[in-house]
Amino acid sequence: MALSIFDYSIIGFYFVFVLGIGYYLKNSIKTSEDFFLSGRSIPAWITGLAFIAANLGALEVMGMVANSTKYGILTAHFYWLGAIPAMAFVGVFMMPFYYGSKARSVPEYLKLRFDEKTRGFNAISFAVLTLLMSGINMYAMGIIFKLLLGWSFHFSVLVSAAIVLLYVFYGGLTSSIYNEVIQFLLIVFGLFPLSYLGLRKVGGWDKLVERLPDNFVHLWSTLGSAAKNPMGIEWFGMIFGLGFVLSFGYWCTDFLVIQRGLASKDLNAARRTPLIGAFPKMIFPLFVVLPGMIAVLVIPEFKSVIPTLLKTGHVPTTINYNMALPLMMKHFMPTGLLGLGLTALLASFMSGMAGNVTAFNTVWTFDIYQSYIKPDMPDKHYIWMGKMATVFGVLVSIGLTYIVMYFNNLMDYMQLLFSFFNAPLFATFLLGMFWKKTTSDGAFWGLVSGTGAAAIHYFFIFKTGVIHYGSEMSANFYGAIIAWLVCFFTTIIISYFTKPKEDSEMVGLVYSLTTSENKKNIPLYLKPSFLAGIVLFATLIVNIIFW
Amino acid sequence: MRLDIKLPIGLFFSIIGFILILSGILDKQKIVSQLGYNFNLWWGIIILVFGIIMLLFYFIKKS
Repeated sequence: MALSIFDYSIIGFYFVFVLGIGYYLKNSIKTSEDFFLSGRSIPAWITGLAFIAANLGALEVMGMVANSTKYGILTAHFYWLGAIPAMAFVGVFMMPFYYGSKARSVPEYLKLRFDEKTRGFNAISFAVLTLLMSGINMYAMGIIFKLLLGWSFHFSVLVSAAIVLLYVFYGGLTSSIYNEVIQFLLIVFGLFPLSYLGLRKVGGWDKLVERLPDNFVHLWSTLGSAAKNPMGIEWFGMIFGLGFVLSFGYWCTDFLVIQRGLASKDLNAARRTPLIGAFPKMIFPLFVVLPGMIAVLVIPEFKSVIPTLLKTGHVPTTINYNMALPLMMKHFMPTGLLGLGLTALLASFMSGMAGNVTAFNTVWTFDIYQSYIKPDMPDKHYIWMGKMATVFGVLVSIGLTYIVMYFNNLMDYMQLLFSFFNAPLFATFLLGMFWKKTTSDGAFWGLVSGTGAAAIHYFFIFKTGVIHYGSEMSANFYGAIIAWLVCFFTTIIISYFTKPKEDSEMVGLVYSLTTSENKKNIPLYLKPSFLAGIVLFATLIVNIIFW
Repeated sequence: MRLDIKLPIGLFFSIIGFILILSGILDKQKIVSQLGYNFNLWWGIIILVFGIIMLLFYFIKKS
């Protein structure tokens, strides 16, 4: 497919703007807090949009469309059961400890609340995970541009990576956050035409529901047993695995998103960050789930999905679902619009990658380099190190891109990684923040055993076929549940046998020892609990509508 | 604030909207034959309006 002058000029202007923002912000970096945390000065609506944009990497966008082609509307559970309640929880209950403790990163909070080894374990596993995510992102981008335009895989990966490198290198987190807001808007403007034109083609929502089987268009009514829905999972695994462990594990502990909250100008703005992000997050299934569902009817490559599902109860596993979004774009977007759609994808790729890189350079510099390699250097030295870590992070992600090629569904793979690292971490945070008797040894060994349990479950129980699951996705949900439970109970048991910290050391870090100050004089619409109430109620309503 | 983000957002989306409108005018036949009507034109206008509103907010706040 050839691009016209319109398509190229949209892509071109996009590059000019992201680089321009990075260049403009170059002189605002005076201290390491400026570079890594934007000097804690950004208004909540900006950090709120960046909060979800950092997560909207190409693999989130492409992966969610792919999932919807494979599992139908069940994919919306990632939003309406998973993300939204977790985002409300982190805003209302957890942000006060992250922001209030003045920790500069999630691992640093673990150091303040527990000890050095817990921080080290988390910092290193997070650094590895983040770079892997970045690699997945790049891979996604590379194959899209190869398929749609015939561009060389290496060329598109290298050019996009170079641009991210430049704007993060010069402008640090502020540059990343500002660009994420533009990228978020671009994704909305670029993907909406796909849903609109697609729905028009199949004759509207009612016609779509009519032409698809029940278990492809209902959120809850087919979750009674694993055999009845394409994801091969029943309500317990869905609610506890995805809704509780995986989603809370990701949105409440992943520094990639928490970092956007830490860049806010005050505690109230930090708490509103995930809540403001939750509103647009709620309508995102319109941009990703809907096109995926339309693809099974319109795109020839996926014609066999529904007949196979009706005949065998499973969707075919031999199809490469990752291509769903690129194929839809190719099918529906004329010249000009295609440029906008491609720029939206470029934007999602870049915001995802910049999110990973800024989180990586911060954790590397504060939690690994400053803690273990070179402490007590002048502040300028750490800015320099942050820039070097940015270069290093981009280079390593390019290398990791090729590992990703061996997996059939990007999203399944991502959930697998989360079940290894984030799922047990959420148990550690829950106990650490709300139960003051949790000890450092309990937290550390809980984390190690939780991650170990996830790995054992995956390699020795699932892969060897000891237990059979309805799908790879279902196996990941249960892996996460196991990791969480093992971490939760190991932490409690060890905490009973070891000595907790003194209360005085945990002020501002634990719920029962923290007095909430700023309750006074905040107008209702700025209250985190009020915003959380609205967004949770709206989420409940959509769950009922699509029951 | 070091840089009011409404300025780059406003500029960027005004330009993008303009380009889409232009493609809707110049490539009209191709688009209409693929989609049945001139989607580029309308979508371009919506994006352009969004960009202009952002610029307005920026200048109101500045003055």
